[in-house]
Amino acid sequence: MTKAGSNQNKAPGSTGGTTGLKRGTTIGQPLWLLAELTYACPLQCPYCSNPTNFSKIKQELTTEQWISVFRQARELGATQLGFSGGEPLSRPDLVELIREARGMGFYTNLITSGVGMTESKVAEFKEAGLDHIQVSFQASTEELNNLIAGTDAFKHKIQMAKAVKANGYPMVLCFVTHRQNIDQMESILDLAISLNADYVELATTQYYGWAMHNRDQLLPMKEQLERAQAIAHRYQDDQQGKMKIYYVIPDYYEERPKPCMNGWGNVFLTITPDGTALPCHSARELPGMSLPNIKDMSIREIWEDSSDFNRFRGLDWMKEPCRSCDEKEKDFGGCRCQAFMLTGDPAKADPVCTKSPDHHLITEAIEQAGLEAEKLDTEMQPLVFRNPQNSKRLHGK
Amino acid sequence: MQEPVFTATSVPVLAPGYRFQWEPAQHCYVLLYPEGMVKLNSAAGEILKQVTEHEQTVEEIITSLKAAFDGADLDDDVYQFLEEAHDKSWIKSK
Repeated sequence: MTKAGSNQNKAPGSTGGTTGLKRGTTIGQPLWLLAELTYACPLQCPYCSNPTNFSKIKQELTTEQWISVFRQARELGATQLGFSGGEPLSRPDLVELIREARGMGFYTNLITSGVGMTESKVAEFKEAGLDHIQVSFQASTEELNNLIAGTDAFKHKIQMAKAVKANGYPMVLCFVTHRQNIDQMESILDLAISLNADYVELATTQYYGWAMHNRDQLLPMKEQLERAQAIAHRYQDDQQGKMKIYYVIPDYYEERPKPCMNGWGNVFLTITPDGTALPCHSARELPGMSLPNIKDMSIREIWEDSSDFNRFRGLDWMKEPCRSCDEKEKDFGGCRCQAFMLTGDPAKADPVCTKSPDHHLITEAIEQAGLEAEKLDTEMQPLVFRNPQNSKRLHGK
Repeated sequence: MQEPVFTATSVPVLAPGYRFQWEPAQHCYVLLYPEGMVKLNSAAGEILKQVTEHEQTVEEIITSLKAAFDGADLDDDVYQFLEEAHDKSWIKSK
């Protein structure tokens, strides 16, 4: 989901690549609304971006509260709505939420594991106006997929991917890649071809939430990446005009940071299951956040006036080396959450950047993961799966 | 030079998964697709409006646009835009 809102590409007939925001003078529109409907999920993926303390958050917004969120965001200019989670299919009112949102003019995206989906639900969503379903896979083989997902889901996912296509949706498959499945790149892409996928997103694991906790076990090695990248490029050429393949290099192996969220408080708005509004889905973990809630404030107040959304808006908050960097308007200094997790200061440059004085933290993490990768299976630290038991174990009840 | 996709008698339609609509908050027509949006300039907006209002040939689209815009000489612009939109996978020939 990190690419969210970044697809406003400069194209023929478009008015330009950005949202019309003049940085520092006006506030952009929350074009992308991510509705994390629930933290409930039948899967236990160890790279989940949900906070590791999710089990503490028990109260979910009501149907009416969600509809009000959609209406307010739509009035502020939001066009894309992602139904996410957790597993959004866990919400019994999902059809109703889709229908309401579509009626307001949203382009509605369902981001799902496919677990809990049935063919009749796919048809029901279509009738309600759902625009797009993205089904995520954990691997290309049943054994590894089910091992990573912590559940027996692979065959069902294949069936549901087929049902999505049969109902006239573009088939968008998402594979989250990491050290333990990236060597399957060929068979991942062969699986996508055999399913007649229209788009394949090879989403590299981003190290937040559970993934950060399991980083030593998940971070791929450079040789693995180079091999996977060469395969992805070969398939991109072969599949031209048939299947679009998106492949992104993990930022740990880049020299410049990603333009996270297209800039803080610029286009992206996340509402979490309990109604907390966040500038990105990891921002809850930052220190000093006021965590405004839609139960207490309007979306407009939150977007325009809250301290959270203004905290890293524009460029004025930056420190060196970002402040004097000629690329600051391109990548906005990278990711605030990553800067905090690795350096303890969310206003520092994202350590992914080779100009950052903290860049050694990235190279050390890669070395550390390399040592772990060389260990025998029996000596390796086990993956910590994302489930309520582990959440409680890490954070107490 | 690539062979053009559209001739006077072809019928351009939006590609599956794409939606065209007016956005009051943006004051422009936009094209929405999985997880993305393109804001359209007014010429592109008018052409895609013709494409999406009802199925018609390129020739009919040009006739309608000429009627709406005082007989302006816009044939080449329409063809050029349709080819570019096709390259971007926004539209296809029915």
